[in-house]
Formats: sequence, structure tokens, C-alpha cells
Amino acid sequence: MQAISKSFGGIPALSEASLEVMPAEIMALVGQNGAGKSTMIKILNGAYVRDSGTIEFDGGPWTAGSPQQAQRAGISTIFQEINLIGYRSVAENIFLGREPRRAFGLLDWKKINDEAAALLARFDVRVDVRAPLEHFSTAIQQMVAIARAVSFAAKLVIMDEPTSSLDEAEVDVLLRTVRQLKAEGVSVLFVSHKFDELYAVCDRVTIMRDGKTVAVTPMSDISKLQLVASMLGRELDEVAKKGATAFKGGTGNVGGELLAAKGIAIGHLVRDANLDVRRGEIVGLAGLLGSGRTETARAIFAADQRAAGDVTFDGAATRFKTPAEAIAAGMGYCSEDRKSQGIIPGMSVAENLTLALMPALTRSGLLDEAKQREVVERFIKEIGIKCAGPNQKIRELSGGNQQKVLLARWLCMNPKLLILDEPTRGIDVGAKAEIQSLIRRLASDGLGVLMISSELEEIVEGADRVFVLREGRTVAEFDHENLTEGDIMRAMAHDDAEDRRQAEGASTSA
Amino acid sequence: MRGWGISPSMAVVAVLIVLTLLGAWRYDGFLSEYNVQSVLRYNSMFALVALGMCFVIMTGGIDLSVGSVAAFSSVVAAHLSGYGLLAGLLGGLGAGLLAGTLNAVIVTRLKILPFIATLATMLAASGTALLLANNQSVSVSYETGFVDLGQGDLLSFMRPEWVDGDNAGVLGGILGFILSFPTPAFIALAAYIVAGIVIGHTAFGRHILASGGGTEASRLMGLPVDRAIFFAYVISGGTAGMAGVILAAQFGAGQPIEGIGWELFAIASVVVGGTLLTGGKGSIGGTLAGALLLGIIFTILNFENGMGWISLSAYWQSVVRGAFLFVVVVLQAKLSLRQEA
Repeated sequence: MQAISKSFGGIPALSEASLEVMPAEIMALVGQNGAGKSTMIKILNGAYVRDSGTIEFDGGPWTAGSPQQAQRAGISTIFQEINLIGYRSVAENIFLGREPRRAFGLLDWKKINDEAAALLARFDVRVDVRAPLEHFSTAIQQMVAIARAVSFAAKLVIMDEPTSSLDEAEVDVLLRTVRQLKAEGVSVLFVSHKFDELYAVCDRVTIMRDGKTVAVTPMSDISKLQLVASMLGRELDEVAKKGATAFKGGTGNVGGELLAAKGIAIGHLVRDANLDVRRGEIVGLAGLLGSGRTETARAIFAADQRAAGDVTFDGAATRFKTPAEAIAAGMGYCSEDRKSQGIIPGMSVAENLTLALMPALTRSGLLDEAKQREVVERFIKEIGIKCAGPNQKIRELSGGNQQKVLLARWLCMNPKLLILDEPTRGIDVGAKAEIQSLIRRLASDGLGVLMISSELEEIVEGADRVFVLREGRTVAEFDHENLTEGDIMRAMAHDDAEDRRQAEGASTSA
Repeated sequence: MRGWGISPSMAVVAVLIVLTLLGAWRYDGFLSEYNVQSVLRYNSMFALVALGMCFVIMTGGIDLSVGSVAAFSSVVAAHLSGYGLLAGLLGGLGAGLLAGTLNAVIVTRLKILPFIATLATMLAASGTALLLANNQSVSVSYETGFVDLGQGDLLSFMRPEWVDGDNAGVLGGILGFILSFPTPAFIALAAYIVAGIVIGHTAFGRHILASGGGTEASRLMGLPVDRAIFFAYVISGGTAGMAGVILAAQFGAGQPIEGIGWELFAIASVVVGGTLLTGGKGSIGGTLAGALLLGIIFTILNFENGMGWISLSAYWQSVVRGAFLFVVVVLQAKLSLRQEA
């Protein structure tokens, strides 16, 4: 794939990106959220049409009109969500859509079952192929999906985060299958955020950032740390704080403990997350995509139920069942998905700002509209929300101003803790600085802030303390003093060299 | 969506006026006091059902059970009408609320899709109505004043004699018209005014729209999403129940097999009035305008039939109505898609 470009509604998702996979090669594809990985995959397998660029496949120019066409030509895609039918048998799923038939169009069940069993045996999977697919573990279902892909005489198998819902033993089985594919001469494009897996099976790695291909290198030539630095686009030498963000002032005003979360676990995504926030403190939560940052935050806010772990908030152990209970206790949460989990697009600025506050604005059953207007106008002025007026529809506002409305939605309820998930994502530079200085101002007034951000700069400069999550576990805690982006990247990457240094440090000090 | 929650698209109102003028020009007696009042009297049932449907659709749901719930309520009301006007009224209303609560529980507690949940209730209510009615219509008591709920004119006792005299004039005509406004239309109008206030001026009303406009966003800001949806179905049951009471009172009998297709009429009224089928955006006033518009169109159909140019059997009329409602819903879906894009 050469010089592939694609934009959606004028916004470029890919600009001249390239990708190359050799026969029988396992190529890793990595990048942050929005780097363009999935767009690239979808162009390759025919789900999207490219704006420009050339693709060659199997010795000739190639354009897939649809995923089905790509599959017939030998490009199969396996998604993290298994795209099969749970109620039907394993064998049926493998042959779905091209079932072997006998005379009169009747299905040849014996052939279906025998061939399916033989196919799976190649990957060391021995199961009753007549049993419904849903009776088996996710890993087996994943194998069945792979077997299905291979049975199309696939020359290239694209795997999009195939291990995200597997446990460790299952991951091993899957990786063995990937190697088996390679041994049979099939190429694999492997998308994952788990570096150990990439190093375990991949020959080369393609790193994407901001819609471009920024590096292609043999896996053995790049350290985890270099990989992370390249993904995030940061320099490896320890960058000093440059003051590029608008988090001014310092940590003068930090009070006692406000929130403590211990041993949070939810499914496979969060296994052991630990963090705490003090009053008047901005705590950063860093981690790569898939590290469980958002899931941890949602569990604390009771948007999802945690499987294990203790949360202490405002001096009391809590077990909130709904966000409403968390809010009543003094929490607020701004989702990273502003569009579908933040704003109510069809409603006005005033309503979006006061929806949660409305019961408090009600007098003898009716909304006190004078009071509502007073609250709205106060926050529009205080936070500097740029809008035509309180009655303007929120969807007409810029991203930055929408975010300010969402912040005001919580601030008008006087929370003790605000959880901000990517508070400045997709927001232009000017509004970004305003939001950052607002967050700092709120913290110095005593609000506790838990801030999730993919921008290391924001975390390093903005947070008083930083927790780093990797694969659902808290792996590091840093203080603001002398913290560099390198420190955080090392923790995210699980850099072996760092481990060794620590081990040596421990042994010399012992 | 400010003010009184009334902002029907001007197009609906314009079409309403044009059709009224057309009817007045083409048919004798179209704007006569008698015709206007019988149109209002008859269509107030549909307006009520559409009102409840509007609440449900605003949350992003649908209530297919309204027709058979109205039939069920009409039977209950007819049975109880012998114990007094109030017994019949409360009985029918209560039957509707009960069915609505059943829908609400199935949708919000058991998390069954509204389409399926209300389809089941539709069958159950219809069956219960036939059981209670012993498979025939149940005549109401004419002694308790119950029938006035459907046949009466609430303010007629105030009507001075001179209004009906030869020298009544325009003023007399207007006064006479107001004072002979049918009781069911008063009930529907009152319900719409209350609903307009609830949607436009209470936290509950705003939460209903928020729940439909962004369910996950609403949950994350701690809004009582389930409670809003719950009461939307209860309200829809209540308005269907009230429509059933009026049905029994107007026709002097509980009608276990009435109500077929009412849900489509209600949905069409709501959609014509500018409420999005996906929820989140809606108008109470628009729904009223939509119900009136459909009422007038069907009245015109009737008049046209009466003039003898076309002669449609009742069956064919059903086909025409169905086709018309279908076109309306499809048009609205197309239009709103274009607005979104």
C-alpha cells in the first residue's frame, strides 16, 4: 500500500500512509487512537474506498469493492469482536455462506463436519464441531474465526486486536496459531497494543501516527521504549518541562485524601488498578490504549460495576450502584466520548448545562426558569463559553465550548471530585489552554481532579501526581517534581532495561 | 422547544388551514357547528392516544398497545358505568394505567424491546377485553350521566337562548360554538395543556427528552433515565384508558374489538407534528396539530365519499388510510434524515 490518503468530511484520517507485508511475514501495526490503523485496515479489506494512493496485492494492482470480495481474493479480517453466530455449530460457522451441497441443493453435513474438524486440527484445536459455537471459550471462538479465514485460502490475515478479550493461556494458543499460519506461508497483519505479544510473534513493525506511517523496522531492532516514543511522537532524550501547556501555578493547596481506589478489577481489561486523589490535587492517569484507564474511571464512577476492589471516597467506603449515587456523593465524570456520552446534541446550551441540576431548580413542581437562566449566564461568563446565547443548540458549538458546557454541568453541582477523561481531545489550541488553566484554577479552589490523558505533555506538566496503567495494572506512581515524559513512557512500555536497572539498584542498596 | 412546548412546524399548521379552507369551499356544511363538533368529538380520542404516544416516542420507544388498551378500558368503563360517572371514568382510566404500568415494567425492568413488550400487551389487552365483554359490546348505563363524557357538551348549561335565535349574529355564533364545545374535546385539550407544561417546564419533562436524546449521556449525568421512561409508558396507558372511557361514553357501549390501527394513527400524528421517531426531540403542540390534520384529512375523505364522486367501501377506506399514514411516516423519516446530514 503506497501513499494512501483518506479523509472523512474534510478531516484527513490518512495522509500518504504506506504499509508493506511480505509473503509469510507477520507484520505488527501499532499506533495511538486516531493514528489511522483501522482506516488503513478497512481500505485494505474493502470496507472503505481510498481517496488516493495505490495498493498492490499478490503481484498485481488491487482494489477491494467489499470485504466479501477481499475475502474471496485472499484477504481475511478477524476483528476483536467475534463476527460469528453463537447459536450455530462450529462447523456451520466455518462454512457459513458457501456450504458444500449435494444433489437437490441439500447440505452435505458429513462433508461440512469432517472438513471443519480437519481444518481445526491443523491448529491443534480438537472440539466437537457439531456443538454450538457459544459453548466454547473466546479463544476457541477466535480460532474458529481464524480457521474460517484460512479456509478461504487466505494469503493475508488481518487481526485487529485479537487478544484483547483473551486470558494469558488463551493468548499463548492464539500466538501459536499465528506462527502456524506463517509456517503455512500465510502473511499476517497483527494489530495489538500488547507489546509482549508483538515481540513474541512479529517479524517487523509499522508505526503510524496522525494518519502517516512514521517508521517501519524489524521488531528486533527497536526497543519497547523507542516503540512508545515513536507512537506518541516524543523525543527519547529526557525532555525538560517546556511550559507548552497552560497548567499554571503549582501544588500549593493539596489537602487530605479524597479518593482511594484499591485493587480495581473488571473483566480482562482491568486487573489491579490502584490510585488515590487528594483534595485540591490534579492526579494524572496515563497509559496506552487498552491499558484500562477509561474502564478504571468508569468503575470508580459506577458507570460500570467492578468485579473486585475497594473505593473510599470522602472518608467513607463506597459501593455505588449507579452514577446517580456517585454524583450525589460529590463525583462528576466527563467522558472521552463527548459526542455520544457527553452532550445531548438536540438540546440547548442552557439545558445541557442544567439537566442534572434541574431537581434543585424546581419550585412547586415547575422549573424556576429565572433561576436556571441565572445559573447558566453565570457559568457562561465565568468559564467563558462562547455561544450565541443560552438557547443555542449545543451541537452548533465548537468542541472546546461543548467541553466547557460539560465542565459547567458538573461545576454547578459543586462536586468534590471531577474525573476528566481526555478533557482536551479534539479541541483547538486556544480552547485547550483555557480548559487547562480552568482545571488548575478549580484544583486550587480545593477540587480533586483525576485526569486521563493520552498527551504526555498534559500529564507531565498538569498533574501533581501521576499513575501509570499497563494492561489493567497500576505499574508506577510519580510525583510532579522532576517528572519527565521519558519516565512515563518507560512505565507504559515496560522497558526491560529499566527493570534491570531497578533490580540492580535494589541489589546494590540491599 | 421553549415556551409552552408548542412549536409545531409551521408547515403542518399551514396545511391544516389550507385543507380546512378547501373543505369549506368544496363541501356544504363542512364548517357547520354540527360538523366541526362531531369531528372534534370523534378525534379527541385519537388526540389523547397520540399525546401518550408522544411521551413514549420522545424517550425513543414505541407503544403498539394503545388501541387494544383503549378497547379494554372501554369495556371496563362500560361495566362500571352503572355505579356512577366517576366509577366508569376512574375504572376505565385505571385499566389504561394498569396496562401502561405493565408495559413500563417490561421495558424498564425486564429490558425487553418496547416493540416486543407492547406487542405482547396489545394481544393480552385485546384478549382480556373480549373475555370481560363476553365477545360482544357492553352497553353502558344511561342513568348515571356517564355518557355525557362522550356525548355531552361541557358548557352547554351556560348557553343562553338568544344564541340560537335568529338575531344571534357573529358574536352569538362564536359564543355558541365555544359553549357547545364537546366534553371529550375539553378533556383532550386539558390533557394537552398539562402535557405542554410538563414537557416544557418541569425537570421530569426535560429528563424525558434527554433520555431519548442521549441515553448514555443522561445516565452518566445521573438522570433518572429509567424512571422517565417508566412514566412515559404509564402516561401512554393512561391516555389510552381515557380514550377508552370516551369511546364507551360516545357510542354507548364498551367496544372490545375497537382500536385496530389506532397505534399507527397515533404514531403518524406524533411524527407529522415533528417528533423524531428516534427520540430526543418532540413537540406536544405539534402532536395536537398532527392529530387534527389527520382528523381533517379523514373527514374530507368521508365528505368526498358522500358526494358520490368516489365511492369507497369501509374496507377500501382502511386501505387508503393505511397507505396515507405509511407515506407520512416515510416522508418524515426521509426529511429528518436530510436534516441530520
